[in-house]
Amino acid sequence: MNIGQSIIEALETLNGNKLRSGLTILGIVIGVGAVIAMLAIGQGAQDTITSAISGIGTNLLFVSSGNDILNVRNPKPLTLGDAQAIADPFAAPDVLAVAPIIQGRSDVTAGGQTMSVSVTGTTPQYFIMQNYSLLEGDFLTQDNLQGNASAVVIGPGVADKLFGRRNGVVGETIRINGQPFRVVGILQSKGGGTFGSQDNQVIVPFTTAQTRLIHRSALNEVDQLYVQVVSAQAVPLATDEVKQILRQRHRTPVGIDDFSVFSQADFLSIATTVTGVFTIFLGGIAGISLLVGGIGIMNIMLVSVTERTREIGLRKALGARKRDILIQFLIESSMLSLIGGMIGILLGWFLGFIVGRVAAASGNPFNPAISLNAILLATLFSAAVGLFFGIYPANRAAGLEPVEALRYE
Amino acid sequence: MAKDWVIHAEDLMKVYQMGEVEVRALAGVSCNIKRGEVVAIMGPSGSGKSTLMNILGCLDLPTSGKYILDGEAVETLSDDQLADIRNRKVGFIFQSFNLLSRTTALANVELPLRYAGNVPNKKERARAALESVGLGDRISHRPTELSGGQQQRVAIARALVNDPAIIMADEPTGNLDSKVGKEILELLLALNRDNGTTLIIVTHDQAIAAQTQRIIHLRDGLVEEKK
Ligand SMILES: Nc1ncnc2c1ncn2[C@@H]1O[C@H](COP(=O)(O)OP(=O)(O)O)[C@@H](O)[C@H]1O
Ligand SMILES: [Mg+2]
Repeated sequence: MNIGQSIIEALETLNGNKLRSGLTILGIVIGVGAVIAMLAIGQGAQDTITSAISGIGTNLLFVSSGNDILNVRNPKPLTLGDAQAIADPFAAPDVLAVAPIIQGRSDVTAGGQTMSVSVTGTTPQYFIMQNYSLLEGDFLTQDNLQGNASAVVIGPGVADKLFGRRNGVVGETIRINGQPFRVVGILQSKGGGTFGSQDNQVIVPFTTAQTRLIHRSALNEVDQLYVQVVSAQAVPLATDEVKQILRQRHRTPVGIDDFSVFSQADFLSIATTVTGVFTIFLGGIAGISLLVGGIGIMNIMLVSVTERTREIGLRKALGARKRDILIQFLIESSMLSLIGGMIGILLGWFLGFIVGRVAAASGNPFNPAISLNAILLATLFSAAVGLFFGIYPANRAAGLEPVEALRYE
Repeated sequence: MAKDWVIHAEDLMKVYQMGEVEVRALAGVSCNIKRGEVVAIMGPSGSGKSTLMNILGCLDLPTSGKYILDGEAVETLSDDQLADIRNRKVGFIFQSFNLLSRTTALANVELPLRYAGNVPNKKERARAALESVGLGDRISHRPTELSGGQQQRVAIARALVNDPAIIMADEPTGNLDSKVGKEILELLLALNRDNGTTLIIVTHDQAIAAQTQRIIHLRDGLVEEKK
């Protein structure tokens, strides 16, 4: 029998029982839609995170206290002394600059407006490493640092909230934890990142933060060190140099470091692994609904075979071979799942789109990405579901004895 | 002599095992039917008429016995070959018409051609078959839109569309009133006259049997040949 004609006939048969076919297809639509949407969301999350990480520069190292792999007891905190040691060009020739960072949250007020922001205390090198540019004013200077100055650089979001404008804010005074600070610069918007909006932050000199805003237990303790490497190629060398210096200073035996050094590549590979697992997990859960849809197909095809026993007997009497009957029913079940799959792809795309919109509206822009691979996968998978769950009913139909089938009431 | 036999059956047995009990639907039937012959099979209900017809039409296989249909030893054939024989050599007509209710008369008649492989002009041949049974103006009607007599005509068109050597009809007029039944019989006999198609008709109706050339009487799965 001609395949094109068989497909038309299968569609006519399915059309003859619209409600039943529709409900069966709906099961697949939901299954495929969920799979597509979940894969798209997972992929979107991965894209967003990796692009955020890519944005931090290929020649930066991040040093923090503690060890992520080994459980080190009482890790020594990182200190300004560590920062100065790493900045020493003789000890670490591949290190270009080091910025110590201390971070906390505080309320800032101005003109009756209050806002909770992230406060970063750091050195002028930080601005270069972060690739910040300014709308107005200047970055913090070495003088600000040495003079414990009450100077602050604010993000554009802070300017919007406190002053309702971004121009002419330099020279104004804001209060951080009640203490007055003079605004010396306004950052250009970087947009929201996955690690929180960079627009809603204020940056003060490290010394000022340490003495007046963010209190740490150890003397000269810092939360993190940003290390700028001379070039991207030198990152492994610089990593070794930094580790060597810190091991000496912290007097830890080799292999049980009480600090961690991460490069952008490390972050990328961690993020890809995590989002990959996340995507597989979401897709797997959605896959269960596709499985349920497949069982729906099997169920309805079994009912259909039973109902059409006489028809099958007749077809055999007219010369249909086992194969013809098998193909007829397999085409019907794959049509159900293929149609469901196609609508499901649209639904999944739509769901992904909605999720993207909701995320954008809540300030975390993120693009669910529907890849051609996901579409191919879903189409193949749904066709396979139709075939797989259609095989048993179709085999049953094909195996019927013509006389018995014709006799069936 | 043997060459003329389109059907040559020897000692056909069909035994159904119903739990402990054996039902002998056919208890050793032998018969020969010549090409172009018109034969009636008669007998009381349960005597094995349908069972015999199904075996002769290759819808069913005998438990034992020898059967040669148009030169082919049926017991040596595979499932696919049997399907092919049903498709090309035999046309079936049933008491309850057995049309596909979802499709048109034309599609119903076309069905055997669809299983016949590469047949050109399927639609035209199906239409010609419907015209030859007087339904040229009903080709796109569905079975539910046709009378019983018209439905049986569609079934006859379907049986003859592949030019089979034999047409087998199991009580073809059983569901029709006598006037329509007579028309259907006329149609079948005309097929025999015009094309030389062998006809085997299972019937209860003495009047129908009287118009055939030979009657095979069955009783309890055995032949009692008269006439
Ligand atoms: N599938 C079957 N299983 C068991 N017994 C059967 C089956 N088919 C037919 N029979 C029995 O075989 C006998 C002949 O049946 P059948 O050929 O249909 O009779 P007829 O057509 O002459 O009325 C009956 O006794 C019937 O009950
Ligand atoms: Mg019968």
